[in-house]
Amino acid sequence: MGLFDRLKQRLTRTRTAISDGLSGLFRGGREIDNELLDELEEMLFTSDLGSEAIELVDQLKRQHKRGELKGEDDVRASLRAALLERLDTEPAEIVLAHSPTVVLVVGVNGSGKTTSIAKLAQRFTSQGKRVIVGAADTFRAAAADQLEIWAGRVGCDIVRKNEGADPAAVAYETVDRALREGHDLVIIDTAGRLHTQSNLMKELEKVRRVVAKRLEGAPHEVLLVIDGTNGQNAINQAKQFTQSAEVTGLVVAKLDGTARGGAIFGIRRELGLPVRYIGTGETVEALEAFEPQTFVDAILAVRQVSANS
Amino acid sequence: MFQSLTQRLSGAFDRFRGEKELTESNIEEGLRDVRRALLDADVHFQVAKDFVDSVRERALGQAKIADKGVSASDQFVAAVHHELVELMGPEDARLQMAKSGPTVILMAGLQGAGKTTTCAKLARLLVTKHAKRPLLVAADVKRPAAVEQLRVLGRKLNVPVFHQEGLGPADVCERGVAHARAQGNDVVILDTAGRLHVDDELMDEVAEIARRTSPDDQILVVDSMTGQDAVRSAQEFHSRLSLTGVILTKFDGDARGGAALSLKKVTGCPILFLGTGEKIEDLDAFSAERVAGRILGMGDVVGLVEAAQDKIDETEAQAQYERLVMGSFTLEDMLAQLRMIQNLGPLKKVMGMLPGVGQQLDNLDIDDKHIKRIEALCTSMTARERLQPDLIDMGRRRRIARGAGQDVGAVNQLLKQWKQMKQLMKVMKKMGMGAGMGSKAKRAALEGFSPSGELAADLGGGGMLDKLGGAARGLGGAAKGLGSMMGLGGGGGLPEGFDPSMLAGGGVPGARGKSATRKATSARDKDKQKAKNKQKRKNRRK
Repeated sequence: MGLFDRLKQRLTRTRTAISDGLSGLFRGGREIDNELLDELEEMLFTSDLGSEAIELVDQLKRQHKRGELKGEDDVRASLRAALLERLDTEPAEIVLAHSPTVVLVVGVNGSGKTTSIAKLAQRFTSQGKRVIVGAADTFRAAAADQLEIWAGRVGCDIVRKNEGADPAAVAYETVDRALREGHDLVIIDTAGRLHTQSNLMKELEKVRRVVAKRLEGAPHEVLLVIDGTNGQNAINQAKQFTQSAEVTGLVVAKLDGTARGGAIFGIRRELGLPVRYIGTGETVEALEAFEPQTFVDAILAVRQVSANS
Repeated sequence: MFQSLTQRLSGAFDRFRGEKELTESNIEEGLRDVRRALLDADVHFQVAKDFVDSVRERALGQAKIADKGVSASDQFVAAVHHELVELMGPEDARLQMAKSGPTVILMAGLQGAGKTTTCAKLARLLVTKHAKRPLLVAADVKRPAAVEQLRVLGRKLNVPVFHQEGLGPADVCERGVAHARAQGNDVVILDTAGRLHVDDELMDEVAEIARRTSPDDQILVVDSMTGQDAVRSAQEFHSRLSLTGVILTKFDGDARGGAALSLKKVTGCPILFLGTGEKIEDLDAFSAERVAGRILGMGDVVGLVEAAQDKIDETEAQAQYERLVMGSFTLEDMLAQLRMIQNLGPLKKVMGMLPGVGQQLDNLDIDDKHIKRIEALCTSMTARERLQPDLIDMGRRRRIARGAGQDVGAVNQLLKQWKQMKQLMKVMKKMGMGAGMGSKAKRAALEGFSPSGELAADLGGGGMLDKLGGAARGLGGAAKGLGSMMGLGGGGGLPEGFDPSMLAGGGVPGARGKSATRKATSARDKDKQKAKNKQKRKNRRK
């Protein structure tokens, strides 16, 4: 099964909501009118598209006025183009351009950082790269244990210290060991923190500084893990984390439920941050490189009626 | 938390400024703003629609306020407030306790919602506030180290944690309940694995746990940052379990709380608690009335008074109050008040509970260390200087500044603030301070506030805070102290005189910049902490 099909399968529920909803709106041969477009707006809201929904529908309304929308297919095509236009078209994946490439992973509590790190480690380990993870979440009880178990399963190295240790020190030591032992990729886990806690955001700045001290230019990537079920708040998270940790890309986790992850459109618009990966399941392989075409297609998959309908 | 929602809603309320009456024609625009604000706050769209309809009904229908003296704006706000309370409450719910045998509490939810942390918080609350002997059962065998996490938390709390290696979750839970019965634990909290509501197998599993342990409380733990999906997953959990309540976690961030507004309506399950911070004691009982108040920027004075009762030493507060009434107010008193406020929690949280302040905190980086710096200044004075600040001349100022590692400007500023506060105390003394008692007084105090915060300005900082009454007399003074620290000066209106710059740390140059970390427990820091505590105890004895 190809990437496209796999992703589509996993996003089936996501797609169902929008495209079936769209077909549902037109059921019974309804004509396009403002009422129908208002209902479409509400439907887009339920995908967590937020104010993007208002804009998308305003655009459809203008097109409708100009007589450019004949039926369901036109609406679908227009929506697809508009959604696609809002996403980045550059390749999303992390490129291991440095030796080692250092990736710092940040996010709010419970967004899925540690699991995403395990998946990333798995992805690169299986490509024959030497990966080391740093357990710089020294705050949450047993967080380092969790990462250690994952590292064991994936077969990568780990640097950890006791609970309460200085996260910056763990990060430093991880990079240090990677330099000495010749790892290709360093992934540093950090404690979950709400983006409104300014002192904790400062702690991230310190981790950055300390890592740069050991290896100039590092960290090369700062990935923000967003919980795909989060709503418009994800945009605030992205803003705050970008401010203190200079986020370079997103991982959207937990997209295997009924959540649509529509908030990434708002993040893309406000901050221009690309989505690098999406988490699509509980297994360690369930991480896909983000592909906008596929993502939007899977959401709006033309004339595909899913089993859930 | 609700700040952005509050902002958006006040935009809607502004539409009615100057309008005499709410009419069918002028209400629509305001309602549309309310709907947009709710949708933007992740409120479920159907809930938002119904909400707007019921606000319209209330504002224009039978329940319309007949009094011509109430402005259209206040009428609209009152209607929104009433409907918010209806939506989230209206009655505040409690945990169900078993009539006989141990009470079983099942905690379920999506991955990363905060179940394990919340289990520990709940256990602590049951121990400290209800004198229960809970047992925690670690039934999350899925997430690596989840059992270990609960064990660590249990050790910290001194609450036993039950787990048996090699068993399925339902077996672990069943044996956990039997274990509690044998050991005489009166509450059992079952921490289950995070699961997706669309995962049939795992949903069967949690239903099986419920069937075999017949929990008195089946609680869904929900991340308050969840978007529209909150409603779908809650419905799904509700159809497989018989949920009795919801706990909203991560409520201390800036989530707009749409989930909070929608869940009760959609599932019929009341919200029981809110997780409001990282510390294990950060779990608050939910109150629809108060959350509605916070959403509308009316503050949460009842919450503030309760926090004060909880955390401020009554005798010390009383002594403070008496000194205030006697008219002597020294730097020593000012320092004591600041420390009292500090006990209430982070400054930002405390100030968010003051009426009319909430919104202005939005973009403000309030620095709790500001109080620390004042403490440093005060402690590098002699006792005599603290009691008679007028003694402090230029030479002494230089010495004090050096001792505190700050510049003379900081000393000057502190003395200026002290003078302002002293002045304020004199004015208050003349006004006479109220001394009502108990919760009745609290209610009465609340009723005095205009929903839109307009009255708050009229009352003036001093007068308004006086209304806190005797429930926490010292707090009245303490909060005023806070007011003065914020640069409110002598009796100015709270929102108007609010000068954030002083708290943001700008007032004391050169004293910031040290990167803060979460309570580090390295040996060095521990020593530092010990020394600090010693100093604190010493100061208290004085």
